[in-house]
Amino acid sequence: MIKKFWRGSLLLWSLIVILTLLACSKNQRDSIILAGSTSIQPFAERLTEVYSQKHKNFKFNVQGGGSSAGIKAVKNGVCHIGMSSRELKKEEKGLYEIVIAYDGIVIIVNQNNPLTNLTLNQVADIFAGKIKYWSELGETKSLKKNRFGRINVITREEGSGTRQSFEEIVMRKERIANDALVQDSNGAVREIVANDPNAIGYISYGLVDKRVKALSLDSVIPSVETIRQRKYPIVRSFLFLTKCPPRGKLKEFIDFVLSAEGQKLLQEEGLIPIR
Amino acid sequence: MKERLIEKTLFFIACSAIAIIFLIFLFIFIEGLPVFVKTGLVRFIFATNWAPTKGNFGILPMIIGSILVTFGALVLGIILGLACAILLAEFAPLSMVRILKPLIELLAGIPSVVYGFIGVVVLIPLIRSTLGGPGFSVLAASIILGVMVLPTIVAIALDALRAVPISYKEGSLALGATQWQTIWRVTIPAAKSGIIAGIVLGMGRAVGETMAVIMITGNSLKIPTSLLDPVRTLTSNIALEMGYASGMHQQALFATGVVLFIIIIILNTIAILTIGRRG
Repeated sequence: MIKKFWRGSLLLWSLIVILTLLACSKNQRDSIILAGSTSIQPFAERLTEVYSQKHKNFKFNVQGGGSSAGIKAVKNGVCHIGMSSRELKKEEKGLYEIVIAYDGIVIIVNQNNPLTNLTLNQVADIFAGKIKYWSELGETKSLKKNRFGRINVITREEGSGTRQSFEEIVMRKERIANDALVQDSNGAVREIVANDPNAIGYISYGLVDKRVKALSLDSVIPSVETIRQRKYPIVRSFLFLTKCPPRGKLKEFIDFVLSAEGQKLLQEEGLIPIR
Repeated sequence: MKERLIEKTLFFIACSAIAIIFLIFLFIFIEGLPVFVKTGLVRFIFATNWAPTKGNFGILPMIIGSILVTFGALVLGIILGLACAILLAEFAPLSMVRILKPLIELLAGIPSVVYGFIGVVVLIPLIRSTLGGPGFSVLAASIILGVMVLPTIVAIALDALRAVPISYKEGSLALGATQWQTIWRVTIPAAKSGIIAGIVLGMGRAVGETMAVIMITGNSLKIPTSLLDPVRTLTSNIALEMGYASGMHQQALFATGVVLFIIIIILNTIAILTIGRRG
């Protein structure tokens, strides 16, 4: 009796395990796999969601892992489309690159902050902790009246794609200071900056709203136009990468992403369309 | 026959519960092991630089952060909790106890994200405008966590105080001690082990709390030099970075989990031993 019970439960468990394995592998084989940049991931999920609603025979599997991992994965044929939020390095070239959209990273301060412009170097010095007080920022008349004291720097967590791009374009060799506050989403950074008169942070262009003030950088105001023309200094392209020129199902999907409809979808989600 | 079957089934269920804990520990440990091997246990724990995407794995700032925040929470939790437990056990009339005790227990039922939200909306702007600094601070976290550990400390301390035999108090009062002297010199020492157990369990709660702490500590990586400085705790380090972590970074977060796991096991063992000694 008891033996039977044990045998029964064993059978049940193995059945469950086998079924799960089967389900996983089936899913893997039939679907288009996208992997890479965590910054593009939510947009890719949105695109695939809308697309697969219309085309029932398409299945997608969107994974993160970061730009570097995505580039490696598509080279090794582990995924069909690699997603990268940075330009490819020399040794990574040789893939088929499709720019799907642009994103600007905007430096934001509190609405009560009189500052309107910073240079790229000043931003780097602020985030590296070399400039600690608002009063150190040049001879601006309005700043002399500034009653604000210490700058509260707000950054994103390690591993975030936005932070990675910010570090590559703005910080270069410098590191973001240890005493910076760390938040794990664009929204949380914006929330703190909206409430703290001494705060400074960076978020994606699409998420800037009236509660915070977007600074111009090197006198270029961030806007759809300046970002698309790459006049604004902190712009990253969102890339889809394939091993060879896309054909068949892959081409259909990528054409959809680049079509007016796909681009409109990306714009609604806060990105800058390529056209 | 049927009875034995039921017995075996229950035994099986109990075993799987234990097996799950064991599996979790095994999994965390195996995932975290490469980092311990690569950076070395001592360097992992005592290095002050955490930049996992650039190959720096040092969790000392987070260990210090966890200790500071927990200690701050306990200072507040012990003072308020003990005062509350003494009031309920010795002074309050029964009708008052019937209202107050469930209310305090209700504190445990509030989700931690709500505590965090209150911290962000009320406490942090208050600290920022009155005391300066960014507001996100050891102080804010200590206050919020202090309130969060209250129900644990009050409930266990109250049980311990009530369990003190009435003859102890009667003896003390008969010798001419005042009521306050009796509580301070007789009842509390007699209930000491229970009170300590409550404090240690509260400590466990404070160390393990994540959501509220992420929202109100600011999560910066500098070792704080004042109560108004932001900190990062071990738990928030894991929760904050797990979303985008991969490779060594992810393993380093698991290794952080191992350290946390061991700290909590030690705390719980202390609690069990002190409760055990009482009985």
